[in-house]
Amino acid sequence: MNKTDQSVTLDRDIIDLMEECRLREYPESYLITILHRVQARYGYLSEQHMDEVAQYMQIPTATISGVATFYHYFRLRPRGKYAISICLGTACFVKGADKILEAFKTELGIDMGETTQDGLFSLENSRCLGVCALAPVVTVNDRVYSNLSAKQVPDLLNKIRFEDQ
Amino acid sequence: MGKVLDFYEALYHYMVERRKQSGIDNRILIHFGSATCENAAGSDLVRREFEKLIRVSGRDDILLKPTGCTGRCAREPIVGVFFPGQIPIKYEQVDAQKVQTIFQQHILGGLPVASLILDKRTDRHYDYVVTLCSSERCRHQERNPTQEMLLTALQNNGVDSDSVRIFSGGCFGLCSRDQVGKQHVMMIFPEKVMYHFQTQQEADEIVKSHMVQKTVVDAYITHADFITEQFFSLYGDVSFFNKQTRLTLRNSGLTDPESMGDYIRNKGYEALAQVLDRGDSDFIISEISKSGLRGRGGGGYPTGQKWRNAVQDSDDPVRFVVCNADEGDPGAFMDRSALEGDPFIILEGMTIGAYAIGAHKGFIYVRAEYPLAIERLEKAIAKARENDVLGKNIMNSGFDFDIEIRLGAGAFVCGEETALMVSIEGKRGQPRIRPPWPTQSGLWGHPTVINNVETWANVPTILLYGADWFSRIGTKQSRGTKVFALAGKVVNTGLVEVPMGTTLRDIIYDIGGGLEEGRTLKAIQTGGPSGGCIPARLIDTPVEYETLAEIGSIMGSGGMIVLDDQDCMVATARYFLEFTQSESCGKCVPCREGTVRMLEIMERISSGQGAMEDLARLRRLGQLMRKTSLCGLGQTAPNPVLSAMENFQEEFITHIRDKKCPAHKCRQLVTYEVIPDKCTGCTLCARRCPVSCISGAKRQVHFIDQASCIKCGECFNACKFDAIAIN
Repeated sequence: MNKTDQSVTLDRDIIDLMEECRLREYPESYLITILHRVQARYGYLSEQHMDEVAQYMQIPTATISGVATFYHYFRLRPRGKYAISICLGTACFVKGADKILEAFKTELGIDMGETTQDGLFSLENSRCLGVCALAPVVTVNDRVYSNLSAKQVPDLLNKIRFEDQ
Repeated sequence: MGKVLDFYEALYHYMVERRKQSGIDNRILIHFGSATCENAAGSDLVRREFEKLIRVSGRDDILLKPTGCTGRCAREPIVGVFFPGQIPIKYEQVDAQKVQTIFQQHILGGLPVASLILDKRTDRHYDYVVTLCSSERCRHQERNPTQEMLLTALQNNGVDSDSVRIFSGGCFGLCSRDQVGKQHVMMIFPEKVMYHFQTQQEADEIVKSHMVQKTVVDAYITHADFITEQFFSLYGDVSFFNKQTRLTLRNSGLTDPESMGDYIRNKGYEALAQVLDRGDSDFIISEISKSGLRGRGGGGYPTGQKWRNAVQDSDDPVRFVVCNADEGDPGAFMDRSALEGDPFIILEGMTIGAYAIGAHKGFIYVRAEYPLAIERLEKAIAKARENDVLGKNIMNSGFDFDIEIRLGAGAFVCGEETALMVSIEGKRGQPRIRPPWPTQSGLWGHPTVINNVETWANVPTILLYGADWFSRIGTKQSRGTKVFALAGKVVNTGLVEVPMGTTLRDIIYDIGGGLEEGRTLKAIQTGGPSGGCIPARLIDTPVEYETLAEIGSIMGSGGMIVLDDQDCMVATARYFLEFTQSESCGKCVPCREGTVRMLEIMERISSGQGAMEDLARLRRLGQLMRKTSLCGLGQTAPNPVLSAMENFQEEFITHIRDKKCPAHKCRQLVTYEVIPDKCTGCTLCARRCPVSCISGAKRQVHFIDQASCIKCGECFNACKFDAIAIN
């Protein structure tokens, strides 16, 4: 664990957090907390970052990759600038979320888990956002769109494209 | 030992004093909801608009205050306007423009905007609004006589009954044992006075004095400590709310979830102060046992017993308490709302539990998908530490306890307690065989008590009002209340807290407002992917752990999805199986393989490839998984399929034999065709078709190429002449 190593790419505050966690009781239990922090900062968990976490936390890389792949919330690939997440919870399903998903797929020309070539949009699903009473819902980054219909999808995308400019 | 109570008294008075000094009670208060769903519905815009208007008006007697969610989701954003001493007015589905109207007409002009009022019932002015207590316990003695007595009293005193609005509320939960069934209780607005009476004469007297002579009759005022008083005094005049009994959610939607002062002024931390002062951990466990509280996460294990196990099974001095807030069931949002609406009650419940079992450390395991709940919890923990009700030497009692938040990462199986524990330990969340139970060997091998959010939220209330009081709510085997997240094809979607034993009919029709016009109820799905579909004919079933299990479903954590005649049971069962299949952690064979094979069969059936033998195969596989899977996920995964097959066998047979989906949900069994007689050749459908499989010239009958049709339904939605048929 060479702290002056030029190849370290994680931000200082994350490294500080890891060093702090190592001093606490059960340091390895903070792995998921740290992975959350890394993903929140960089958008996904890259191999490089996971290796660095392994170094600082003294946890085998295999264990880290085991954890990262087990939990759906962790992404191993970068996502688009606008991450569209379609809720496929029961209430949304009952109210036609599948049609909305289909509409996004055709409009963007990508499949679930993919990112458009311009890097603008990526398509994800979420199991349940707990906003069931407003179903069907879609989130774009952290913004929630409720009571959506498949017909509104093109307009929604255009609006985002417009706002992006 | 008076130290603790002194501490509490000082804290309470400090909070009350602070409120007094803020002058809040003499001002016009505007409440706005600020939970995830409220924000999604646009409450943030509402807040900003109000802020702007208040600033522009230059008035300093108007206050804007955030609250948690009331659970009236379909009508959000909700805004409450409170003039000191007047009936509170609640507005529904407020947007920026409506804010302007409300502000001009009501807040500045003093006239409520009738057309925007929540549930639009108050279309005219009433002198009084009366909410009657009509708990099941009281009602079965005589057929709801309270209302008749009140009406007679109005008549006897010459009060125009049209000037009084009468609501039949839920159980107020305030009778003592000797009064059950004898007392009639009502609350009169706008004075918010709670009266009790036994005879017609007494009712007459109350009406005469209160409504005619305008004097409050002290002799009949109920001074009993009334847990839902705050809630009723605000929402008692809205039918969606007054049929509910809000114990765990009593502060949600009333208080500012980030204000510890609000919580403390509403009896918060009084229970903790009392138990710490008493210093008898065994007393706590006995009270919880006596109350009959059972786990609200779905399993229904007696909470008191669980705590006792943790104390008795091991003499390990290191123990933990855990709050399971990994609300993974799709269609359930009770815990999110509870955490966002009133985080302190969970902290207090956990602190009491920790004291009872001798733990000094607790964890809240919460879904990463709930950012607002996490934020509110973090703030609440910080404030609790600041005020010495969490951390070292809590309330001067010498007891140390602290809470840490750990985030889930989107694995449904982590709601299972053994998986949850390894996830807290930072590993892959895979369950293990029990025993040893977590109370024997839990986190890092130490005894651990895991309860879900709602269970913890019940704890302070039980200790504050006593096990006897709590055990009188609900039914014999299922005591207390249960929160349900009502969603799907029901008019009033939202959060509902009702006494156990309430029938599904009461929940869906009385509180939920029934289905949309023209639709018929087909089934009610409870318990999410571990539960089952209850057919419409069983709608009078009371909601209890045992009764729901008997009819093939489970209480679960409280998701309740209403399905109508447009929903396909095969598709719904398949949906849940898809969910459990993708969430199976893969550790044990029955679940890993069983979910895949069952799903394959379900896919065959819903695509018209099914055979009659498949039904028997599904049954056999399902039974096998139930018996042999390692954890609750696999053991309950077949429930949605098996219960749907049991209750809707005809529908399965139609899919298999006739290759038809009566609800038109299973895409591969549906074809879209043009009805030649009706088609005008307007070309709209052809232009809308995403795969361009509709051909036909202008003013000519169009044709859908079935081979390339993806059955998206766009043509059906687009056609203005009803010329597209679904078969």
